Amino acid sequence: MSMILPLIQTALELGLTGGLTVLALFLSYSMLNVCDLSTDGCFTLGAAVGAVVALSGHPWLSILAAMGAGVLSGFITAFIQTKMGVDSLLAGIIVNTGLYSINIAIMSGSSILNMNKTDTVFTIVKDLVRESFLKDQYKLIVIVIAVALVCVFLILFLKTRLGLAVRATGNNPAMVKSSSINPVFTTIIGLCVANAFTGLSGCLMAQAQKSVDINIGTGMVTIALASLLIGRTFFGKRKIPVQIVGAVIGAFIFRLVYTIALRLNMPAYMLKLVSSVIVVLAIFLPYIRSRMPMLKRRMGIRSASGKGGAKSC
Amino acid sequence: MLKINRISKTFNPGTINAKKALDQLSLHVRRGDFISIIGANGAGKSTLFNAIGGSFFTDEGTIELDGQDITLMQEHKRARMIGRLFQDPMLGTAPDISIMENMALAAGKGGWLSILSGREKKEFRDRVAVLGMGLEERMSQPVGLLSGGQRQALTLLMATYHPPKLLLLDEHTAALDPATAEKVLKITRDVIGENQLTCLMITHNMQNALDLGNRTLMMNQGKIIYDVCGEERSGLTVKDLLDKFKTRVGEELDNDRMLLSD
Repeated sequence: MSMILPLIQTALELGLTGGLTVLALFLSYSMLNVCDLSTDGCFTLGAAVGAVVALSGHPWLSILAAMGAGVLSGFITAFIQTKMGVDSLLAGIIVNTGLYSINIAIMSGSSILNMNKTDTVFTIVKDLVRESFLKDQYKLIVIVIAVALVCVFLILFLKTRLGLAVRATGNNPAMVKSSSINPVFTTIIGLCVANAFTGLSGCLMAQAQKSVDINIGTGMVTIALASLLIGRTFFGKRKIPVQIVGAVIGAFIFRLVYTIALRLNMPAYMLKLVSSVIVVLAIFLPYIRSRMPMLKRRMGIRSASGKGGAKSC
Repeated sequence: MLKINRISKTFNPGTINAKKALDQLSLHVRRGDFISIIGANGAGKSTLFNAIGGSFFTDEGTIELDGQDITLMQEHKRARMIGRLFQDPMLGTAPDISIMENMALAAGKGGWLSILSGREKKEFRDRVAVLGMGLEERMSQPVGLLSGGQRQALTLLMATYHPPKLLLLDEHTAALDPATAEKVLKITRDVIGENQLTCLMITHNMQNALDLGNRTLMMNQGKIIYDVCGEERSGLTVKDLLDKFKTRVGEELDNDRMLLSD
């Protein structure tokens, strides 16, 4: 028991922090049908901006600044793909590459920033709960609140007319146009909101581990996609709130499995390979399932003809 | 009402595949007109609708709707005035979103951040009930679960939620089975009649082209080659139409989806 609880706590902390990025991808990938490959860079952007603002003595402002930076990054990605004729995948990659330079510039040319003695939202909450029974769960408190707020926001947002239009844009852009709504506008809004969450995710991740390095976001898009698809496998295509909670639980399950694997002496550098394999499997399995009847038939015909089952006239 | 003045559109200009889909085409439509359009494959019928609806801009010429020049107006802005239905029933609705939510998008009421009120939900349900397809009991189901005919009927309802100045029907019953097509056509007639809509309809059914509406256009190679209304039209038969085509074009009317009669 004493082994398991800390394990779950670590998985919850990391899973939910990354879960904010999963929620961002839920909006951009599941709803808007755009695979936003600027996610890695945007995550680091949020971390860097959040760290710099926190280091200058504004822990609360750092959250807003990181989200604002995310919105800006999302806007640029959306602008490039909707107004400049660049393919959406390519737009994400381009922004991601550009953000690498920007992130180092934000960190004043250094590729690492230390927040060991800096006031962050985590240290504030740590001081608040110092005397209570929750004193060891201060990180979890911050993250749970953040995830809960983002979930509630997303559920409400997707119910509004704008949220509906964003969902319809990923579903049938032609229908959006005939409803007199500009799909360019909804794509921009969707990516701005999604990247605000990614920025927030990076900011909290950096402040929780009290440091940023330029590679903090590397592979986040794959990890988040893996989490999203795990959630989808367990919760399927149900109502939006269920899907959203499913995405967060997927993020937790992913981190739990990973944390357990680490305990079983899997080297930490395997994380990214594991997440890549999970993404491929999560997309491949439903695909092969849908093709199964055809494959079976083909196998059947092949074995039948092998036995001379196919008669000629 | 709708004034199209010498519009042209060439696809793939300057290449070996260059195709002049619309050739100096002019058309005046009066308010309340219900015009059926027939023509061979590649005559430019759908291209004409795409030009009016704003799927692309024409190379030359002007389009005026209700006194407003819409030649260079963006598609989604024109959609406020122009309702469109396509042959493919999947095009007009969003499959993963419920009937209620599709209706909400079409109605476009309230601000961006408004959420559906109970009153609106009731109104949408009442509207859908008019179709007589039992869809009012399935308002929270995703539209993807509906049949093609149901989706097309729903699209019609959505396109005419706010009566448009102009309704463009591009063979909107062609992909449906005969019974469903008949039903959707009846709903179409009712909606057009009730709202006194101005409507252009492309059809492959020659009999429908003569039975429905008050005017018929025949198109060939991006031009209108025959325009008939009034008494001359009421005396026409399908055979007359085919003969007209032959005398004007010099060959048989060839359309692989053509229905010569019911």
